[in-house]
Parts: sequence; structure tokens; C-alpha cells
Amino acid sequence: MKITKQEVRHVAELARLDIEEKDLDRFARELGDILEYAEKLGRVDTTDVAPTSHAVEICNAFRPDLVTKHLDREEALKNAPEPEEGSFAVPRVIE
Amino acid sequence: MTEGDLCELSISAAQKMLRCGEISAVELTNAVLERIRSKEPEINAFITITEDLARKQAQQADKTIAEGSAGPLAGIPMAIKDLICTKGVATTCASRILEGFIPPYDATVMERLNAAGAVMLGKLNMDEFAMGSSNENSAFKITRNPWDLSRIPGGSSGASAAAVAADLCLGALGSDTGGSIRQPAAHCGVVGLKPTYGRVSRFGLVAFASSLDQIGPLAGNVEDAAIILSVIAGYDPRDATSVDKAVPDYRTCLAADVKGLKFGIPAEYLETEGMDPAVKAAFEKATETLVRAGAQCIEISLPHTDHALPAYYLIAPAEASSNLARYDGVKYGFRAPDADGLKQMYALTRSGGFGPEVKRRVLLGTYALSAGYYDAYYKKASQIRTLIQRDFAAAFEKCDIILSPTAPTAAFEIGEKTDDPLQMYLSDIFTLSANLAGIPGISVPCGFTENNLPIGLQMMGNHFAEDSLLKAAYAYEQQAGIYEKKPVI
Repeated sequence: MKITKQEVRHVAELARLDIEEKDLDRFARELGDILEYAEKLGRVDTTDVAPTSHAVEICNAFRPDLVTKHLDREEALKNAPEPEEGSFAVPRVIE
Repeated sequence: MTEGDLCELSISAAQKMLRCGEISAVELTNAVLERIRSKEPEINAFITITEDLARKQAQQADKTIAEGSAGPLAGIPMAIKDLICTKGVATTCASRILEGFIPPYDATVMERLNAAGAVMLGKLNMDEFAMGSSNENSAFKITRNPWDLSRIPGGSSGASAAAVAADLCLGALGSDTGGSIRQPAAHCGVVGLKPTYGRVSRFGLVAFASSLDQIGPLAGNVEDAAIILSVIAGYDPRDATSVDKAVPDYRTCLAADVKGLKFGIPAEYLETEGMDPAVKAAFEKATETLVRAGAQCIEISLPHTDHALPAYYLIAPAEASSNLARYDGVKYGFRAPDADGLKQMYALTRSGGFGPEVKRRVLLGTYALSAGYYDAYYKKASQIRTLIQRDFAAAFEKCDIILSPTAPTAAFEIGEKTDDPLQMYLSDIFTLSANLAGIPGISVPCGFTENNLPIGLQMMGNHFAEDSLLKAAYAYEQQAGIYEKKPVI
């Protein structure tokens, strides 16, 4: 399966990755190889086979709708690269 | 006992000596810390060594032992794969993007280890975000195999296996998404167990592929693995996928007896291309050992074996691409400086913070989930996953335990496979089906190549059959007696 540099660029944009021009060819080739290997899946008949959503049979996990212990604001912000006035500061959002 | 002898103790032997006062937890911890000081420069297993914390925990353990209130792992020095959150201790996932991240909470398994009195020596190296089979994808260091320092220890829990093999800890925690506990255990000649999906809480385990990830123990022998599993297993309301099922004391399930047990050998596994003849020979010898001990070995079929690897390499990257979306430079970890606007900050942060294998899998997963490809790739792979689960369900109608080699070859040279991702992925060929099916699997040492590299035997059991799986593994281990051999470093 052939993956073009353009496709890699598009997927990288979706994944918010900045791929350098020199790496585009390599990623295109490697992704192409892996997807080609995956093409054998297409030859398996999966009519009426439900996709797995869970490896072990369990029902929905509900809990009572109660307020429980949670991280306080100060702790939640401790690891932030740029905490500001009790919030996470980020660069300009609107371009 | 000399300090060196103390480091070689099994968990069960150390437990006994601690309880009867023959040694103290402080003594044992100091001996292992000394061993780390002298051997770590060769092995490179640790990202963080928590010496002060270990000494403090050891003192605490001695106190509880004296009071008679000691937990099951009181005073046992252990080390933790660096993707399990440890409150107040850096957790990096061997990635630049999490450099400096200090979790504000403990993973559930850490709460359980702490409550059981375990001593934490530090955090262990791994492939970045658990993506890899050799530990070469760590952003920080390359861990070496104690049996041959020019070789990889396996991955992604490579350093967990290497640390146990080199006596840098008495037991370790790893995580297994496609073989990441069992394959390194095989390569380093130790025991590694991946529990049933849902047996151990994933709360506080940094997610790679949420429908496949599971935490499990690595230890020097089966009994030690059973002891650790009994402590970490169990329902946790904070992990909605953990299962509310009673946890037996797995150690009491062990018996050196395989009579009447039926082992199934998947015909498809033995036809695998690229299997080292030494691995095949060791595997055949292991089945003979089991038969001699009174077990029955029959051939079974897992017809969709060929499709497990491609299905895995669509499902795992797809889940990874969404899980890793959280690394955006906003809430924790690395943020690229000097970005012009938010969107550029995301891209620069993620490109600067992730290594090449993580980028490859995020790209692959994003592609497989993107508009127009979802049905052909992710959905198709999930349907194949159902077929693989049916294969296992049918197989367990015919046998109790499925038997195979853990990996097709012994540990390879550092650098040997780094240029060919697909070749690297093939080292998980025998292990990743268990993750797709959600069943437990264990690797136990079963022999050596002529270069003295360990070979692993994999046993897989039905959902939540860890008790019979551990029993079978223990019985084999006692028959074969291979676990007593140690690497010389």
C-alpha cells in the first residue's frame, strides 16, 4: 500500500504533529509497509461479526452520583507549565 | 549472610527471614541499594532511584514487623515501571513530554503495594509510553540484558525484567499491552505475568491502549509472582473496567502437580516463520517435561493467529492516538517555548516531546481512525478481534492451558532491529493474542540458547483462571528447575 507524503502531512496535521520535511518520506514508507501488512485483514469474511468493544464481559459500570474527593485546584495546577491566576495559561487562541 | 546473598533472596524466602527476625527490612533494603549502586552503571535499569524513600519505608516495615501488624510485602524491595503513577515521585513514561511531571496521586496498585508494606527502590526504564519490544525507544537510556550486555532486555517492561534478573530488586511491576511483561521476562530469564483484563486496576497507569493494557508482576519465580498478584489484584471503582470478582490467595493455589492437566499447543504457532530452532527445541523439551510429569499435551488450532498481529497494530495505535492526545503542553509536562499561537504550541510541543516510534504509532492510529478509513481499518480489526476471542473460547473447550514459546527468538543485539519497525513488531507474535482476547498469560524460563541466552515458555489460561495458570507454571518450574540459574554480572 502506498502512502503519499501529502497523506502523512494531512494525518500529522490531524494529530497535531509537526513532521519535518526530511522525515516525511520515511514515515510514508513505514506506514505504507504496516498498512500493506494489515491488508490481509480485508480478506477475512467478517459479515455479521460484531466488533469487540470489551475483552471481558461486563455490564455498564454505574456509581452513585455523589461528590467525592478530588484534586484541589492548587494541586491540579502544580504540574502546569504556565499556571496563572488559578488557571492554565496558553498562548493566543484566536488567530 | 553476605549482602550479595541477601539480594538473591526470593520474596518468599525474604518474607520468612523478615518475620522471624533473621534479617531486618533496613538491612535487606541497604543490601539491594548497594547492589544497585555497583551494577546499575552496567544495566541502566532505573530512571529514578528513590533511596531515601526506600530507607524510610524499610524502617516503617521493620516497625510493623516488630508490632506484628506487617502486610504481606512488608520490607520487600521492589521497583516500578515508570508509567505507573507514584505520588510525589517523577513518572516519565520514558518520554521527554512528561519530563518533570510529578503525579499528585498514587496509582491503585501503588496504594495496594504501600498498604502491603512494600519498599519502593525506584522507577524503571521502558520503551517510551510502552511502545516497543526492546527498551531502545526510551528517551533517556538503553537498558541492557544482564545475560549479555550487548543485547536488549526486551520491552516494553525491559528494565523491570532486567532489574529482577540482575537482583536489583526482589520483584517489579510492569505493564503488558501486547506482550510487554512476558517477552522481556522471557529474554531476561525471569517470570512475568499478564493478568486477565480487568483483574488489576488500571487507575494511575498511564494509558497506551486502554482495551489491552494490564499491570502485572515480574519476579524471580512463580511463587513470588503469585504473592505480588494477590496484593495488586481486585476491583477498584476508579477503574470502570476492573471486574468485581473475589481475589484468591494465589500462593495457596500452587502445587507441584500437573497430573490430569490438559495443555493445548496451537499448531499455527509452531509454523511461524523466523522461529529460532533453539527456541523450538527448548519448547519441545518443556512439553516433554510436562508429559513426563503426568500432563496431557494435545494439538489445538487458533485459526486466526495470522491476523492477530495486523489487528493489534491497528487497534493499539488507534487507541494510543486518542490516549496521547492529552499531551498538549497545557496541564503538565513539557511545553515548547516561543510558539506563535495555541495550535502551533500543540504541534511544537508534541513534535519535540515524542520520540519517533510514538509519532509513528500516533500517525498510524490517526490514519486508521480518520474519515473514510475507520470501517476498513479500526472496525475491521475489532471484528477480527472477536474472531480471535472465539478461537480462544473454542480452544479452552478442549484444554485447560495453552502452551507456546513466549517469543520466537532469544534477546537480539542492541540496534539489530531499530531500522525495521515491522520486524520489531514480530517479536510479539505469540503474546499479543492474549491481550486481544483479554486472557491471562505467563512466561516462565524453559531453557537457554547455546550463547547462554534465556528462552521463555508461555502459558495462557482462560479469563480469570490465574489460579490454574499459576499452578501449572509453578508445577513446570519445579519440574524443570531452570529458574535457579542466574546471570553473571
